[in-house]
Amino acid sequence: MSEDAGEHITAIETPVYLKYNFTAGQATTRFLQQVRQGKLVGQRRPECDCGNVYVPARGSCAACGLPTTEEVELGDKATVQSFTIVWIPIPNNPIQPPYIVANLVPDGANISFIHLMSECDNDSVHIGQRVEAVWKPEEEWDYAMDNIRYFRPLDEPDVPIEMIGKVPLAGWEGEA
Amino acid sequence: MQYAAVTGIGQTQYKARRGDVSIAGLVHEAARNALDDAGLDWNDIEAVIIGKAPDMFEGVIMPEIYLADALGCDGKPMLRVHTAGSVGGSTALVAASHVQSGAFRRVLTVTFEKQSESNAMWALSNPQPFSPHLNAGAGGYFAPIMREYIRRSGAPRDTGIKVAVKDRLHGARNPLNHLQMPDISMQEVEDSPMLWDPIRFLESCPSSDGACAMVIADEGLANDGPRPPVWIRGGAMRSEPTMYAGRDEVNPQAGRDCVADVYAQAGIDNPRKQLDCAEVYVPFSWYEPMWLENLGFAEEGEGWRLTMEGATSLDEGGDIPWNCSGGVLCSNPIGASGMIRFAEAARQVRGDAGEHQVDGARTALGHAYGGGAQFYAMWVVSTDKS
Amino acid sequence: MKDIAVVSFAQSDCRRDAGACNEVELIMPVIEQALQEVGLRNSQDVDFTCSGSCDYQQGAAFAFVMGVDALGAVPPIKESHVEMDAAWALYESMLKITMGQAESALIYGFGKSSPGELPTVLSQQLDPYYLAPLWVDSVSLAALQARVLLDRGIISEQDMAAVVSRSRANAKANNPHAQLAGDVSVEELLAEAEWVAPLRKHDCCPISDGASAMVIATVERARSWGRPFAVIKGIDHRMESHNIGARDLARSASTELAAEKAGVANGAVEVAELYAPFSHQEIILSRALGLDDSTEINPSGGVLAGNLMMASGLSRIGEVARHIMNGDIRRGVAHATSGPCLQHNLVAVLEAA
Repeated sequence: MSEDAGEHITAIETPVYLKYNFTAGQATTRFLQQVRQGKLVGQRRPECDCGNVYVPARGSCAACGLPTTEEVELGDKATVQSFTIVWIPIPNNPIQPPYIVANLVPDGANISFIHLMSECDNDSVHIGQRVEAVWKPEEEWDYAMDNIRYFRPLDEPDVPIEMIGKVPLAGWEGEA
Repeated sequence: MQYAAVTGIGQTQYKARRGDVSIAGLVHEAARNALDDAGLDWNDIEAVIIGKAPDMFEGVIMPEIYLADALGCDGKPMLRVHTAGSVGGSTALVAASHVQSGAFRRVLTVTFEKQSESNAMWALSNPQPFSPHLNAGAGGYFAPIMREYIRRSGAPRDTGIKVAVKDRLHGARNPLNHLQMPDISMQEVEDSPMLWDPIRFLESCPSSDGACAMVIADEGLANDGPRPPVWIRGGAMRSEPTMYAGRDEVNPQAGRDCVADVYAQAGIDNPRKQLDCAEVYVPFSWYEPMWLENLGFAEEGEGWRLTMEGATSLDEGGDIPWNCSGGVLCSNPIGASGMIRFAEAARQVRGDAGEHQVDGARTALGHAYGGGAQFYAMWVVSTDKS
Repeated sequence: MKDIAVVSFAQSDCRRDAGACNEVELIMPVIEQALQEVGLRNSQDVDFTCSGSCDYQQGAAFAFVMGVDALGAVPPIKESHVEMDAAWALYESMLKITMGQAESALIYGFGKSSPGELPTVLSQQLDPYYLAPLWVDSVSLAALQARVLLDRGIISEQDMAAVVSRSRANAKANNPHAQLAGDVSVEELLAEAEWVAPLRKHDCCPISDGASAMVIATVERARSWGRPFAVIKGIDHRMESHNIGARDLARSASTELAAEKAGVANGAVEVAELYAPFSHQEIILSRALGLDDSTEINPSGGVLAGNLMMASGLSRIGEVARHIMNGDIRRGVAHATSGPCLQHNLVAVLEAA
């Protein structure tokens, strides 16, 4: 070793490449098979007192810890539970910031999922707002949630706060 | 249950990148500082309890395996805790249970994160097939919940800005902090880029390298060191699922239950009066008013008033200062952040918090949360054993 | 540590690929079974829940968070997680019960190794600056250890094959969940080609998906449930240096120490279930535990018959407990391991009540 040991080493690059063959799970597979057909379908456990409808189902009624065995048809319409306006770009996505990421509860479900909102004025998006899914063209459908390109506002009255998460498949106006 | 006390505390300098040390060097530094603080050596330690957030942050699987030597564990029990962001707190509690069970007399606990070794944003939300990749990260997940809090409480929009300034001013008193912003102003925070509306850049925590360690000892050994013992008066953990219908994400039941448990153990029924300060996990500014309510310092919908009145500010002479150390908004080595809260609560109680000391503090709360605000770990520490 | 009762134990089949099931779907059945054996409904009926798993196995951060969906954790529960084999989740739970904050606990471990290439994944468990960049996989390190034993004449290839032969036979006779079981002679095994020399493929445990779960309680609580139970009389675990060159790989110093602390030698060991992922390691471990011919080793076939990474350690304890609960034996020893070449070892002594 020479006298001059050189610069202090503060980092080395050791990239980690690991290959995984990811699988969806039974409940998610059932969900994705429907999404592939352009349908949003929730799941519940009929025996549960809570009767919660989960979407996308992850295998159990999380409150009870038991499998969701029954499919429940959901609509394309949903309600904004809450949202954020994101100012950070999504890599490889044509949607430019600022864009809306929202927690949406589809009609007939009791749980929200996260998706994009578009075709909207960002400043007027609000909690309780009614929206609908905008699907990709059928030939592009795959086993993926981004078959729905985004959700866009509907010209429907807002859902009162206490009703968010409880709107039936028939929709909000249908119940009024 | 056996009594247990914190007898040593060690932290590292927190920075965006600690290029001067390896991961082993980082945890060793915190552990060595804690041992020095307790007047001990490696041989005085019976077991080591280590914690950190997901292994993907550094890309080292079950790193206790590799860190065994850096922490003097050859021939000792070593346990690795992982409960998401609350892990710093739960690791301290699991370490305490080693002593409180009577199975061990003195243990070392260490938590760390060296986020510069990898890409935390990727590790938190690495693209998974089947679901849309929204690149929202933790901020994108929590922002809608903060928005719902604002709607419910009618809090003024600058509450978050006030917290961001207050914690940075606190943080400027603490030389260990990653962010040092002694001249920060409300305007500067307001002008900082919006990331996930309502959260601006300066209302978010940084991403830091750092480690924190503590020595926990039983009653017989508690007074052996140069420092006064800090007694653990209560400790609790709670968990609930990420998503279930009817879940209150703004004021989660798991947090309320956890704090009720820890207060009951410590004999606290009026936290604002009976606690002298609190170190609470606030990674985004709006979480201060939200946790003020969740932890019982204010009625539901009223937390923001305490913030705006300056009740939580050391500089404004508030009656219940929160995050005198600067909190997660000043340093955030994720896996260690919870333990730093626990350790800073202990520092306050033994009166050696330096420039950010609360005069005469005797009882303090340390708090951590994680996952989708679903995992909680808390403790109350005090100068008094019982 | 207090005497703690193991009241029930359930384990899934060991399957090479449980592709169709996600983590929740793997966990739910074993948790349900373990609870139902005691007449409990979900985690609400115990005081504490603790699990063991490893994110890198399935390649997603926070794998354990989904596990909470299988617990019925509404209202919220007292719960914790170790990024270790669930045998250490049991250890954490025992501390909780001993300190008096709980009288009962549910413990579970799960692993889905099939999505990745496990030996390669485990190479990233090594020192990230010196060893991990070399991608030394777990099988190669074990082979290095086996070579040490063979070269020193401590064991022979016949001894290793005998371990495998017995594992397969025991699995066939006793273990409905085994992945590898059957009658195969030492001669047949030795006729197979070397794989990662000196290891043959059969010297290495298979890669399996699955889960296991256990309910434990104070002895008083266990009695009140009115079901047979086994008592953990001693438990201890010890770490060793990560510097493989500094260790004597021919023995397991940490197992020896843990065995002494757990009190293995305080009575006859009728059955031992050892977490030996490689055939030669079973021999190292049985020596470290001071076992002789009077002990039946791995009647389940051990992990050579199926290795539920992150649950296998808990399953070893469960297997011994089951023998005691069934009244087959009065005293047994269980072992769990973690890290390359048996770096970290846990030993538990179980007895009849």
